[in-house]
Amino acid sequence: MESLSNKKKQLTVKPLNFWERAYLPAIVSGLGITMKHFFKKPVTIQYPEQKREFSENYRGMHSLKRDENGAERCTACGLCALSCPAEAITMQAAERQKGEENLYREEKYAAVYEINMLRCIFCGLCEEACPKEAIYLDGDIVPSDYLRKDFIYGKDKLVEAPLNQ
Amino acid sequence: MKVTIDGFPIEVEAGTSILNAARLIGGDIVPPAMCYYSKLEGSGGKCRTCLVQVTKGSEKDPRPMPKLVASCRTTVMDGMEVKNITSPEVIEARKGVVEMLLINHPLDCPVCDQAGECHLQDLGYEHGAAKTRYEFDRRTFEKIDIGDKIQLHMTRCILCYRCVFTADQITDHRIHGILNRGDHSEISTYIQKAVDNDFSGNVIDVCPVGALTDKTFRFKNRVWFTKPVEAHRECENPKCCGKVTLWYKGEDVIRVTARKDEYGEAEEFICNTCRFDKKKTSDWVIEGPRKVSHKSVISSNHYDTLKPLPVVKTNPVLMEANKEQFERETRL
Repeated sequence: MESLSNKKKQLTVKPLNFWERAYLPAIVSGLGITMKHFFKKPVTIQYPEQKREFSENYRGMHSLKRDENGAERCTACGLCALSCPAEAITMQAAERQKGEENLYREEKYAAVYEINMLRCIFCGLCEEACPKEAIYLDGDIVPSDYLRKDFIYGKDKLVEAPLNQ
Repeated sequence: MKVTIDGFPIEVEAGTSILNAARLIGGDIVPPAMCYYSKLEGSGGKCRTCLVQVTKGSEKDPRPMPKLVASCRTTVMDGMEVKNITSPEVIEARKGVVEMLLINHPLDCPVCDQAGECHLQDLGYEHGAAKTRYEFDRRTFEKIDIGDKIQLHMTRCILCYRCVFTADQITDHRIHGILNRGDHSEISTYIQKAVDNDFSGNVIDVCPVGALTDKTFRFKNRVWFTKPVEAHRECENPKCCGKVTLWYKGEDVIRVTARKDEYGEAEEFICNTCRFDKKKTSDWVIEGPRKVSHKSVISSNHYDTLKPLPVVKTNPVLMEANKEQFERETRL
């Protein structure tokens, strides 16, 4: 049948000559390419030991921030959970008691704050939604693990370390 | 009497206010109201958010009114022509009013339980500016405890007087009111923990902001994570209608409120027993999910199917194997 586009090309396969059929020269030239790469800088890195520098707007693991006095900024307003397209965030609020003013910034705080890292798509909408500048995705790559339940990160993993430590 | 609001003509009875005439027409041309409450006599005229422009006084006296008027307090005249959203002057004035209301408002919406169903939030979103120009300290008050059911946050109050009218007209005696005057005025009781009337809970529903909130719901959850369901019960109290909205979180009723109409006003008032003590599904006859406007944040993340369809078909062999694996992993 005639081609519609007239772009069809007839390919011809030339028969191999003697040197090509001899097999060894091709092996040697292939090994030569491999050997050449021994003396070049490798393109990959040994990841857990070596780490590449992240770009400035890299979004990694979340961290819950503290203010300049070391009090937790999060007030459990729920806007991060509302904006989360993957519904990865849950929280429970509690009222700040007397004497806890240095621990929590507002009169309400997140008693439980959990992010399911398997659900999270690292879009950064929680960061954008936060009215208290409490959550930032400025951490590392979330490490791998064996069990699904270990990917639900609570406040123990998310909250920034206190200032004087 | 014939009145025209933003070009929409309507026949109303004499003595109707412009706001109520606009509500009869409905739609976008209804002026917002923070202090007026149709079920409370004498309410209105405090907040000035319902300002409108009267371009023609009446058929007999067609001169326009010299200033913007509060539509909740101005009665219609025959042949009156009113401009609300079609008048740039009104929009500008409303923006100013919102700024004025927000001057002393603490803007602690992330903490406030009213956020998501707050009229001041909606008003500020629709009419206000994104930035405040106010640089001074906002007013603060000494915290007072007005009872174990109602939480008072005086800093959030906009002094609309709705709760005062509610206590006067719905309950048999009023024990809270506005003390002091001007910048120092505050809602208060002289004796602490004194509010215990059987209908006192209605002040929570009438409050347009988060100044009076439900103490039993305090910080329990955000409004938009709960699911509103219409329900009713036979209430022993003859003055209580027993028709409510239950706010579910999972299987639990975490809050009971009166049913609110499109203007955020309670359709009928309910007693404190219904509001605070009946928090079991078995206490109520469920009528069905409450219709929530798609513009409201409360409608977000609410799906039609309560139980999502299973991704994998139920396979007993697979389930058994999964269970075994899960147990093994947990042991490890």
